[in-house]
Amino acid sequence: MSAGDWLTGSDAAFDRRRKLKGAVFAGACGAATLVGVVSLGVLLVDVIIDGIASLDWRFVTALPSRFPERAGIKVALAGSVWILVLTALISFPLSVAAAIYLEEYANRGWVSKTIQTNIANLAGVPSIVYGILGLALFVRGLGLGRSVLSGALTLSLLIMPVIIIAAQEAIRAVPPTIREAAYGLGATRWQVVSRQVLPMALPGILTGTILALSRAVGETAPLIMVGAVGFIAFTPEGPMSPFTVLPLQIYQWVSRPQDEFRAIAAAGIIVLLLLLLSMNAVAIVLRNRYSSKT
Amino acid sequence: MAPTERTDGSEDLGATGRDPVAPTVVSGLGFQRTKNVQERIIGGVLFSCAAISTLVTVGVVVVLLRESLIFFSNVPVWEFLTGTRWQPAFTPQRFGVLPLLAGSVMVAVGSAIIALPLGLMTAIFLSEYAGQRLRGILKPVLEILAGIPTVVYGYFALTFITPLLRQFVPETDVFNAAAASIVVGIMIIPTVSSLSEDALRAVPRALREGAYGLGATKLEVSTKVVVPAALSGVFASFILAVSRAIGETMAVTIAAGNLPNLTLNPLESIQTMTAYIVSVSLGDTPQGTVAYQTLFAVGMTLFIITLGMNILSQWVLSRFREEYQ
Amino acid sequence: MSTTYGITIGSDGPALEVRDVNVHYGSKQAIDGVSLTVPKKKVVALIGPSGCGKSTLLRCFNRMNDLVPSARVDGLIEFRGHDLYAPDVDPVEVRRRIGMVFQKPNPFPKSIYENVAFGPKINGFRGDLDELVETSLRQAALWDEVSDRLGDSAYALSGGQQQRLCIARTLAVKPELVLMDEPASALDPIATQKIEELIYELKEQYTIVIVTHNMQQAARISDYTAFLYMGKLIEYGPTDTIFTNPREERTEAYVTGRFG
Repeated sequence: MSAGDWLTGSDAAFDRRRKLKGAVFAGACGAATLVGVVSLGVLLVDVIIDGIASLDWRFVTALPSRFPERAGIKVALAGSVWILVLTALISFPLSVAAAIYLEEYANRGWVSKTIQTNIANLAGVPSIVYGILGLALFVRGLGLGRSVLSGALTLSLLIMPVIIIAAQEAIRAVPPTIREAAYGLGATRWQVVSRQVLPMALPGILTGTILALSRAVGETAPLIMVGAVGFIAFTPEGPMSPFTVLPLQIYQWVSRPQDEFRAIAAAGIIVLLLLLLSMNAVAIVLRNRYSSKT
Repeated sequence: MAPTERTDGSEDLGATGRDPVAPTVVSGLGFQRTKNVQERIIGGVLFSCAAISTLVTVGVVVVLLRESLIFFSNVPVWEFLTGTRWQPAFTPQRFGVLPLLAGSVMVAVGSAIIALPLGLMTAIFLSEYAGQRLRGILKPVLEILAGIPTVVYGYFALTFITPLLRQFVPETDVFNAAAASIVVGIMIIPTVSSLSEDALRAVPRALREGAYGLGATKLEVSTKVVVPAALSGVFASFILAVSRAIGETMAVTIAAGNLPNLTLNPLESIQTMTAYIVSVSLGDTPQGTVAYQTLFAVGMTLFIITLGMNILSQWVLSRFREEYQ
Repeated sequence: MSTTYGITIGSDGPALEVRDVNVHYGSKQAIDGVSLTVPKKKVVALIGPSGCGKSTLLRCFNRMNDLVPSARVDGLIEFRGHDLYAPDVDPVEVRRRIGMVFQKPNPFPKSIYENVAFGPKINGFRGDLDELVETSLRQAALWDEVSDRLGDSAYALSGGQQQRLCIARTLAVKPELVLMDEPASALDPIATQKIEELIYELKEQYTIVIVTHNMQQAARISDYTAFLYMGKLIEYGPTDTIFTNPREERTEAYVTGRFG
């Protein structure tokens, strides 16, 4: 046996086994990835097969009804849009301000560390717990009742940690040289932030906000808690109106045993998914434009 | 050249860089005090916004504690934690949280069995095997999977997974823990895969090249070098995913049923803590009754468990983080 | 008129008076008891090996170190007779009067015009902005190259042009003193030469303090040179003296390339 034998791979069987193990593992990882992809595909196909027959313009514009063939999602869709807009108006400015504070103003003392840790923890609190808070604080405590405003405030608290974290990342991505240049010209902190940092971070912040809002639009549980249930016959007229949203309407139809309600639930899901997909598309376009610029 | 004019009316010191003689009449640099005050106000406003998040936590704790304390003055904590019957709506009333807790744990364990291995393998595939283009397709798909509303997963479990299960095991209940576990598992795959992938990709190239340089195969580099180096991030993603499964509400409410049932059989109908909270809010439970207070006691239990897991995951991350430059 | 160690100060006083300045980053001392005087309308070069503290010292002069949370500055830095670190002094105002050009060109992601106009705008300038932009670009010897495309993104310029744009941007605020932190270190030789010529012209109107690691550059453009080593000012005097006849052995060793 020469000294170099072990280098040339004298044990062909060992080599084959090693190669085979590698190939099996690669295949297994690929297959695992496919599970997620295939599940998504099956889910979408299942929903479309169940719901497409019930989906027409009448369904989108009809008021709710106790009879599945007459029921529509007009009220729920309007409620979802109301919730979307109000939640955006409340959560966006507050979250961006908080992110600016944490990135540009806070000295790294215990106060900002506490706030930061707290935000990370809040991001992991189950949405239904926010619902309990919303019920006790907004519906009962502030006496806002079972209104669109109560719902939007609750969802704002829910998604604020997500927006804050995304906005912080976007702000952090602005190169420090830009800040130095602006400070060097005698800009105040606020001038540096408002005229240089924020404009550069805005696409990233908007992407994060839209993704968080699409989460809010898909939420059901916290809105059940603040009482967006029951038979709501009319679209909301203002922030204090009672309301329901698309996911809740879907939930109520799913809980009925009759197949006809399942079909319109599926049709509602198609509309909801289209709404969310278009929001995601906007976010992806924003992100791509952003990343190609820097 | 036009002289620099300033709107705040502060004295211009002839700051043109050309002034022949330095003025000696000035007592300071002519600060713009207005700007200073403005800066402080802005700083204060921004701080208040950041502080809101802390108030939210305080609010959650206060709200949950207040009603829970009333509840526990009626029902001993011990009975709540160890009782095996949960029937707040019937006489005799029983307030043992174990059936609800067991329901939540069963769904969490079931979904973890599905999501943890699949999620980690997905992460390995994305980080070590997939090329740039494939990643570009797979990542958005997984993001969409993560973005599907939970009520949709509930629908999917009830109308697709359960009928499928019943084809194999006909005695499966219409509402059952297994279907819920399967969809919750699918739902949290992206949580595991995306956080784990971040951790795997943070492992420096040099470490991989070191192993390749010794003649290691891709399998060996992945499982013996990269995953161990990223272990803290992978574990943190596991904990977060399980915590999400415990907090998951709509899919389990729709698919797992509303029967507080202390069982180990995943094909039976059960009720989780979250599903119970929903069922109370849907019904007409009058404020001030013990049944109403259970909402907060169960909510408190849920909050403590999920918060504990989140803190644990952050601790794992910071305690066992490998620092590479 | 007074002359100390060959530094001649005009009757209108120095541009900057530095007395016994110390800088700490946390527990680490970066600058140790530095004193020097910067005469008006001259170019002063700070030289020394990497990590000797020359950039740190420069950043004290317009209170950029305030932005580093762990930094602590003590000692006296007087600008035209006023202590820059007095409690009632606003660092923002300091930076408006003492401009800075950074190591790497750092234009804002905006048009050429907007880059120059940014400083005057935030400082409440109400004159003819177009004229000010043109003058500043001319002063920075960039006007002829960009006059027909002021609306283009600053990122479309070459590195050397970007750095001259950053100089124009600084000049547009009409500072009395311009600090330059290795302004040519990221540029090619031709762009570097342009910057050096520009500095030579600018000293007609401005006092300039420049940090450089390139000793030939210091010799070519500066009137006075300060040599720093490990946070201490080893020697300060007319550039000729420092390079041809230094008093300190360490200075000679450094300028002749024996270390650093």
